[in-house]
Amino acid sequence: MLSVENLHVNYGRAEILHGVSLDVGDKPMSVVGRNGMGKTTFCYAIMGMIPVRSGSIALDSEPLDRKSAMQVARRGIAIVPQGRRVFPSLSVDEHIKLASRSKKAAWTPERIYDTFPRLAERRSNGGAQLSGGEQQMLAIARALLRNPRLIIMDEPSEGLAPVIVDQLIDILKRLTLDKIGLLLIEQNLRVATSVSDTVAVMLGGRIAATLPSAKLSADEALQRRYLGVSSALH
Amino acid sequence: MSAVESSSQKFSGRSFALPSLVTAALLITLVALPAVLPEFWTVNIFVRAMIFGIVALSLTFLAHYGGFISLVQMVPAGVAGYTIAVTVPDAIPANSFQLPYALSVTLALAFSTLAGLTIGAVAVRTREIYLLMITLAIAVSFYFFVQANVEFLNGYEGIRNVMGPDILGAPLRTPAIFYYAVLAVSVALYALVIYVSRAPLGLVLQGIRDNPRRVSALGFNAALHRIVAFGLAGFVAGIGGVLLTFYNIGISPGTVSTHATISILIIAVIGGLGHPIGAFIGAFIFTVFDTFAADIYDRDRFNTLIGAVFLTIVVASPDGIIGLMKRGKTLLARDRSSVSRSRPTIAP
Repeated sequence: MLSVENLHVNYGRAEILHGVSLDVGDKPMSVVGRNGMGKTTFCYAIMGMIPVRSGSIALDSEPLDRKSAMQVARRGIAIVPQGRRVFPSLSVDEHIKLASRSKKAAWTPERIYDTFPRLAERRSNGGAQLSGGEQQMLAIARALLRNPRLIIMDEPSEGLAPVIVDQLIDILKRLTLDKIGLLLIEQNLRVATSVSDTVAVMLGGRIAATLPSAKLSADEALQRRYLGVSSALH
Repeated sequence: MSAVESSSQKFSGRSFALPSLVTAALLITLVALPAVLPEFWTVNIFVRAMIFGIVALSLTFLAHYGGFISLVQMVPAGVAGYTIAVTVPDAIPANSFQLPYALSVTLALAFSTLAGLTIGAVAVRTREIYLLMITLAIAVSFYFFVQANVEFLNGYEGIRNVMGPDILGAPLRTPAIFYYAVLAVSVALYALVIYVSRAPLGLVLQGIRDNPRRVSALGFNAALHRIVAFGLAGFVAGIGGVLLTFYNIGISPGTVSTHATISILIIAVIGGLGHPIGAFIGAFIFTVFDTFAADIYDRDRFNTLIGAVFLTIVVASPDGIIGLMKRGKTLLARDRSSVSRSRPTIAP
């Protein structure tokens, strides 16, 4: 589905991504890594939100590099950004109205409210009045309503209580039944390994390894090496 | 999320809707005014206030929903006013177009919308102080242009004797007709702005105000939406310009001077940029002081007076009269539900 080849990204003189290559198929793919390894930069680069120095990005073999965020979005990628970034002054309902495309699409406002009953309850509340978990639901709903082929989620579990994280995992697993591709960027290894069967590890602006989730969750030495934590499965 | 308390409070600091009861009472009062007040009040105060309110409404629309503070709104108004003045038959000096009013007004609004779109396109990449500067530059250039153009716009003197069309067989400037016509137009434009704010265009604009990158990442053309918003603001301001030209029985460069531009900004800020009604409230206060400055203090000291009023309001309530109303409402609501003073528990 998504194919990234030898992606280089600079911020000024600092090179952040040193040739990232990654393929995302029909099944969810997770990218894990510590802070500052270039995960968010990777998301923004795919999304066309920051310039790419070299390399190629393609969605279903249609090239995406050097397209603007708007063009990338229109070609079928939606992003759920780190920190949710819901519109503080729009209500839940206004977010839904804003993002929804057509009544015939797979994801409609009705289906969103069925899937996320909590959002239906908070319909008239402003984005800034929602809890972190609700904001996350709203950010995911906003992305789904664009009816994308692929969703990129940048650390959706960040700042959420463990019980909310469990609900999040459920929702993400259900998404995969919808034939929407998922690229999940996570620091929380439990989320990454429960949602996808394959995990890519990002280290110093490169993909250091791509390995089965089960293997990474089982191998503490491996976790220490790639993530620098001994008990990432919190 | 089950962890979040779903309290029954209806706290909503986000949007501010005028209660329909207040709106209805206000409308009835406005409709009944000519029966109660002398013509001086209805025409010299209310009509003038509503016309300035319409131009200020176009600024409030841009500022509140898009976050674009534009100093240029007198330009589309002036474009519309001058279009009328150089095409209608009764204007002095005479023109060669001699168009009927209906056609002239249509043209005027088309041009003001076009002016709005053009300004929007020119300013599309600027924000905040830079947007303010670029719109101010356009406004000042326009003023010097109309002042210097003697051939078509009659330069410094401008164009007079634009009497306006007949409505229902009577001249527009018949006080009662003028009042109700301007009231109807004001209400319609106010409703239009409220409608647009809830339509997709308005939602995208508010998204742009909150976070332009996010709007692009959802696949919206933020630039195009901005330009359309300026076009719509140009249309609204154009209607204000047409009415202002009828009100003044003509138009001259003074109408689009920097002074007028600043007045529109003052009107919008006094009233409050937080809600479209603020434009009309601000215009009313402005007009009252403008009219009675001579009685209260000294005609020549109007600027000192309105400056003092402006300062007082802005110091007391940085978000204008609308802000005062909002705070009053919150206080009232607090008194009623004195049990729970806190906002809904936000967790996790």
